[in-house]
Amino acid sequence: MIEGKRAPSLEAVGMTKVFGPLVALDHVPLKVEAGSFHALLGENGAGKSTLVKCIMGFYSADDGAVLLNGEEVSIKSPRDARALGIGMVYQHFTLVPSLTAAENLVISRADAPAVIDWAKERKALEAFMEQMPFRVPLNAQVSSLSAGEKQKLEILKLLYLDQRFMILDEPTSVLTPGEADEMLGLLGQMAKKGDITVLMISHKFREVKAFCDHFTVLRRGKYTGSGDAKSATIGDMSAMMIGDTAVRERAQRVTQPAKPDVLELAGIFAEDNEGLPVVKALNLKVKAGEIVGIAGVSGNGQSALVEVLSGQRPMADGAIFIKGKEFSPTRKGFDQYKVFGLPEEPLKNAAVPKMSVAENIAFRSFDKPPVAKLGWWMSPGPMREKARELIAKYRVKTQGPDAPIETLSGGNVQRAILARELSGDVDVLIVANPCFGLDFASVAEIRSQIMDQRNRGAAVLLVSEDLDEILELADRVAVMSGGTITYVSPIEDTDRNTIGQHMAGH
Amino acid sequence: MTAETATPPAPAKSAEPDIRLLKLAEAVTIPALALIASALAFSVFLILIGKDPVQFYQLIWTGGFGSSFSFQNSLQRAAPLILTGLAFAIPARIGLTMIGGEGALVLGGFTAAAMAIPLVSSGVTPWITLPVMAATGMLTGALWLGFTGWLKHSRGVNETIASLLLSYIAIAIMNFFVEGLLRDPSSANKPSTMPIGDAYRIGSMPGTDVHWGLAAGIVLAIALWVLMSRTTFGFAARMTGGNARAAKAQGLPVGTLMVVSCMIAGACAGLAGFFEVAAIHGQANASLVAGYGFTGILVSFLARHNPIAIVPVAILFGALAAAGGVIQRRMGMPDATVLVLQGILFVVLLVSETFYGRFKIFQPKASGDRT
Repeated sequence: MIEGKRAPSLEAVGMTKVFGPLVALDHVPLKVEAGSFHALLGENGAGKSTLVKCIMGFYSADDGAVLLNGEEVSIKSPRDARALGIGMVYQHFTLVPSLTAAENLVISRADAPAVIDWAKERKALEAFMEQMPFRVPLNAQVSSLSAGEKQKLEILKLLYLDQRFMILDEPTSVLTPGEADEMLGLLGQMAKKGDITVLMISHKFREVKAFCDHFTVLRRGKYTGSGDAKSATIGDMSAMMIGDTAVRERAQRVTQPAKPDVLELAGIFAEDNEGLPVVKALNLKVKAGEIVGIAGVSGNGQSALVEVLSGQRPMADGAIFIKGKEFSPTRKGFDQYKVFGLPEEPLKNAAVPKMSVAENIAFRSFDKPPVAKLGWWMSPGPMREKARELIAKYRVKTQGPDAPIETLSGGNVQRAILARELSGDVDVLIVANPCFGLDFASVAEIRSQIMDQRNRGAAVLLVSEDLDEILELADRVAVMSGGTITYVSPIEDTDRNTIGQHMAGH
Repeated sequence: MTAETATPPAPAKSAEPDIRLLKLAEAVTIPALALIASALAFSVFLILIGKDPVQFYQLIWTGGFGSSFSFQNSLQRAAPLILTGLAFAIPARIGLTMIGGEGALVLGGFTAAAMAIPLVSSGVTPWITLPVMAATGMLTGALWLGFTGWLKHSRGVNETIASLLLSYIAIAIMNFFVEGLLRDPSSANKPSTMPIGDAYRIGSMPGTDVHWGLAAGIVLAIALWVLMSRTTFGFAARMTGGNARAAKAQGLPVGTLMVVSCMIAGACAGLAGFFEVAAIHGQANASLVAGYGFTGILVSFLARHNPIAIVPVAILFGALAAAGGVIQRRMGMPDATVLVLQGILFVVLLVSETFYGRFKIFQPKASGDRT
């Protein structure tokens, strides 16, 4: 199957896409050579996904053309893209978890027969697997595969369907560093042999430098540059990505004398919605003025742990102590022990989308003076006043305090939440993936704010799936695997590889 | 409410587009358009069965608002609808679809009538009897829907199904007693509880033929509007309704808020049952099962679950019901015709919910921020 066909080249010329008043793509060119591993870089909202969706036929471009092997092709739907051999691996898996790997491959075929001759198919699949540089157990149920294996299966699916132009959308976000390196390395080899051409959406400079040949950068819907990934520096690339956006100076880590333990998690157990244990006997201490980063591959109990600490999920067993006293995550507890939080996906966990910015900012204070009199009568005046003040201080871009918070961009929602959670006196701060999906400037600002809190003496627990974020911020790193902490080390005594190995469960 | 005027005036506001005004305009326009669209769709139905739509709407007007008599008839029918509308609206604000208002109304009315039996028999003054009856009805309703809310919170039982099924149980409970233990021997054709007698009836408001239930409904609607928009309870309830995960992360007692909201709802429906007994029927019998609880759902939807807006919407629906008789006589159409109109309206309303945020005219100008 694999011989004979060669990797195609793809070129997009003057791609333009307009959504109402928003020009999502403005005459963007993209040139991907046959057999190359090409990175598409850009901040959130730069137009990367729009460009890829135009190529895949999910959107029809308002202007511009796609050339495959130098000939103009018309792609009106994903079906057309598929017929031309253009395939895509999405950020989230599109496999059927309850079926086996073999079944997933066969049903993905457009010409899958109504009655499947499994004996014949299996033979064909085994022959196909023989030629592949990596394998996935064909008879294993997909739900039992690790994230890395699933990702491989997604790629095998494209090869099985003979789609030799592969678009990968941030493919490594669900993998351990080890798995990511292995997979990107294999793709690189296949591209080098001329079997496939890869276009990868990414925002990780490290991966782009290590594995890609070329890159193209977009910013605000415009092409800002391209080049050779090996010779360009990270500085060059990030300059093309963020342009002249003013990025706030990162807050410096202030070294402090050793401080006492503030937050102590003692033998915490929690169950998922089906009653299966997801957090098992977790112990961890965080000192004042310290950031402890919890690293781990997504799905190892981190989100359940954050939910327990923020009162969204009952604790099955164990105890939380703050300054030696038992803490329970209720409104009274949060106020008494000055516990604040920046949860992941703020619109889902920290904000009520349909309520106004002022109301959302008042979540901590709506039942206390000056907003509430006698503990129950609310006056909107002081609430709006306070909101105006914080909106200005934290530079939240909004049409006003009365605008529903769902009308704000992701970075501004997170800024409004920061304003609410960090404007007071903070003793304990629980942070989970605070920068997920945010633009460069917002990321810098939010990380600075977290560092500021640490420097002011707060005990910070940072749960993040972004290892770079943990390496940048944490004083100590803890690895969570299989629902418990398997490794703890001061940041200066460890490195990416060691952490990665513990993340993979070794 | 007075705090509104205390906010800093012009300078700060002129810079910001008045988002609240736009929201209000949207909340009025979309239901109004839905109302017109359903009227048009229903006209097609009328033409198909060979009736004249113009005559139909004229009759609705004369039957509902045309004369002082018909308007008072509309108001009379609006009174329980305000209360059952509130019974749907309050849980809806906290994110619950509680359709059991009918059951709470029936049971509230029945227990109020049952409570009246010993009091009336021993000649206790109406000034004590009526408040006790009202309190009994409200308490029963509150416990009935509160139980559904508790099931939802503690056991995860779907509140919509549970409250609907509990309504049938409520009706069965009333029938069980009315046809058995508490049956008044003189009620031969229609099993009923003992009549409370004219001395104990709630009269009409001065200068009208409309009973005091209307006033109670309006007062309660205002009180609940204040509760939902100006108190910490209302704020916490709106947080929970808008995003229960975020409310939990703020440490709010989500379960308690849910149960209390359901109890308030049940009390409203129970009060409606009390007025049906004390002002209209004088006793509890199958006439209590008149569908007010279900029409209240529609009222609440059209009012976007806003307690104040429920009042005019309930009057509109009262008028529809009041005109039903006239339509039956003059156009030779069955009483159920009005139900067809209500059904169409309900479907159109549910569809119209998806239009919020879609009309550019109601969206504040973009701030130039890419989202």
